[in-house]
Amino acid sequence: MPDSTSIAHDAREAPHREHPSYQRHHFETVEQQADATNFAMWLFLLTEIMFFGGLFTAYLIYRNWYYPAFVAASHQLNIFWGTANTGVLISSSFTMAMGVWCAETRRKGGLVLCLVLTFLLGLVFLGIKTIEYSEKIEKHHVPGLHYSLNSFLNPDSDEAAKAAGDKPLPLDMARHTELYFFLYFAMTGMHAVHMIIGIAILGFMIFRAQAGAYTAGHVTFVENFGLYWHFVDIVWIFLFPLLYLISRHAN
Amino acid sequence: MSATIISLPDQSTARIPKVNFLSKENGLLSWLLTGDHKRIAILYLISITFFFFIGGALAGLIRLELLTPQADLMATDTYNKVFTMHGVIMIFLFLVPSVPATLGNFFIPMMIGAKDLALPKINLLSWYLYVVGGTLVVYTMVSGGVDTGWTFTTPLSTHYINTNVMSTGLAVFIAGFSSIFTGLNFIVTIHKMRCPGMTWFRMPLFCWSHYAASILMVLGTPVLAIAIVLLALERTVGIGIFDPTKGGDPLLFQHLFWFYSHPAVYIMILPGMGVVSEVISTFSRKRVFGYTAVAFSSVAIAVFGFFVWAHHMFIMGISNYAVLVFSLLTMLVAVPSAIKIFNWTFTLYKGSITFETPMLYAFGFMGLFTIGGMTGVFLGSSGTDIHLTETYFIVAHFHFVMVGGMLMAFLSGIHFWWPKMTGRMYPEKISQLAAVVTFIGFNLTFFPQFILGTLGMPRRYASYPPEFQVLNVFSTAGATILGVGYLLPVLYLTWSLKYGAIAGNNPWQATGLEWQTQSPPLTENFLVTPIMDHEAYDYDWLEHQKESEVTSAG
Repeated sequence: MPDSTSIAHDAREAPHREHPSYQRHHFETVEQQADATNFAMWLFLLTEIMFFGGLFTAYLIYRNWYYPAFVAASHQLNIFWGTANTGVLISSSFTMAMGVWCAETRRKGGLVLCLVLTFLLGLVFLGIKTIEYSEKIEKHHVPGLHYSLNSFLNPDSDEAAKAAGDKPLPLDMARHTELYFFLYFAMTGMHAVHMIIGIAILGFMIFRAQAGAYTAGHVTFVENFGLYWHFVDIVWIFLFPLLYLISRHAN
Repeated sequence: MSATIISLPDQSTARIPKVNFLSKENGLLSWLLTGDHKRIAILYLISITFFFFIGGALAGLIRLELLTPQADLMATDTYNKVFTMHGVIMIFLFLVPSVPATLGNFFIPMMIGAKDLALPKINLLSWYLYVVGGTLVVYTMVSGGVDTGWTFTTPLSTHYINTNVMSTGLAVFIAGFSSIFTGLNFIVTIHKMRCPGMTWFRMPLFCWSHYAASILMVLGTPVLAIAIVLLALERTVGIGIFDPTKGGDPLLFQHLFWFYSHPAVYIMILPGMGVVSEVISTFSRKRVFGYTAVAFSSVAIAVFGFFVWAHHMFIMGISNYAVLVFSLLTMLVAVPSAIKIFNWTFTLYKGSITFETPMLYAFGFMGLFTIGGMTGVFLGSSGTDIHLTETYFIVAHFHFVMVGGMLMAFLSGIHFWWPKMTGRMYPEKISQLAAVVTFIGFNLTFFPQFILGTLGMPRRYASYPPEFQVLNVFSTAGATILGVGYLLPVLYLTWSLKYGAIAGNNPWQATGLEWQTQSPPLTENFLVTPIMDHEAYDYDWLEHQKESEVTSAG
């Protein structure tokens, strides 16, 4: 009991004490500041969900309408790289979570290491994405730019389609693969944009962390960035089965 | 529930406090880099007024063209551009930020006893995004305009038009983020920044209605953003998502667009309803009747508002069952709206009512919004909608809600809080005249359009059959009067900045916390963090308060 009363006493006395340098003038306490910025981050993520929601809606509708085209087109994705990337991203979420823990327990070296690892894993993800995108460009599977239906009209001429045992699609259905690839590029592209923004912020954070900015008790920024990073990760967790694994289930 | 008789304070001894948020720092940079919610509100007020008058001038051009049945003032495609720019500017650059970004920004922190919004930098960022969006719209206008209508309907906007769809789309996208940040800031502030004793049900209803509107901004606007991104990709790359020849569906764009743009209507009207609650209570010296019902009706409007979007698409080929469901849901929105109107009316009952300018505008709101809302029920029922949609009936309907409702509420709020924002009173007589002129001009402009619509005059055409001319002449004449009604406040409010009577802390004897501090307020709003020890709209508390009043704080 004496402990709890002294805490209550502290909280009441707080406005009279010197504020820590990171407390903004309009907040009464540091806790209120951390609470408010955390809450704001969650709300921001909510707007992000709504933003991606538009794309997911479009995906839902067109996949229902043009299921055969979506299946055939999904066979063109490289499931090895896709799975590898999922692993990379989940690992990066782990290192990020460790980073937040290091910041909270004031381990400066650990924090810098975790942030650097997250940064590198993020770059690896983008690198793999580049490999995948260039495969699509080579096969003329980028919608709007000399889009080629060859893989879907003559699956035997295409390695990936042949391996998946695809039957030739009728022309009008084959043409709807372009919609799939548009959704693929829009969704993974929007995801990649979020990754790039995240990596840029990570780079900034590494420098600040080396200067000891986040290991002096003020961890809100690291926490909120962690939320963002996990959100981007979760988006991928939805994208991966929706785009890569449409027909890859046991019958 | 009877009113407390309150005598207005003697203002002859009032002085403008030497230290206030306007005088604390000087120079352009102190404004452009400010984190003070009050200064940002003033920045917003100046910029939205600027765009309001551009949009108003375009409306004037529309009405002048429609004075005669032939398209003679401008070419028909110019006419299309004029009404599109009018819509884009008025909706995205005026109505959406109007009350929230100015009055909401200024007064929500003060009403809940906070020093600032939770995220001052984000607040400033939101103003800069607004300015960038606005600049892009101006660029669109001077570089040839856009003629899709403000709805960017596909496939017209993606396949058939060579005007500046891209720059307008980008403008709306950016302005949208400004609105998201405003809404996000309000929600966080109302959750986390309330002063001791300020429970949810002690907040002024102004905060409740802004909270509801903020939910819509935060959840709706991102969907508009993605719809515009897709539109831009369809237009530039030809991805096919809205293109039927490639298997896409143009209606998908409308679903995404109206998923934001219908709730946007409530983003526009809810803050106005908050203003009316404050004004009606203050000038009848009575607690708002049914406080809880009014508070929850705001939230109900926000929730229902998300499930009615397809009523914009009744004639676009959605399924009959969808029409049925959306028609029913649309009519449900009338319930919380009616709760508000009835509760305001009961607030007036046995109140000690005075007719200052804000009250006149609020009365205007109640009358015009009721007509606008009721005609909305006509349009919500699919049978009449099929006859009335795409006619002037719909134009009249949403102008009754948006101009008759929201603009009246905005002007009401501006007059109500002008003493608090500037420390000076506006001139009462001429502003009462302006309120009456606005009301008359408004009705003359838009009531004939209801009749024109039922007679079958379609919207969005520069010409019309000669038998409609009489009513159109009425409408244009009314628009002229309305124009005078809007110019007057700009003139006398500007005049009052220098020559207006000194207001003192609480010229209306209103109960909100914002009135219990000096006018104009300090940068920190309050000398000490206030403690809320009474209910909202407690006029008896205010009476007791005066016995031990300290008149000047700064």
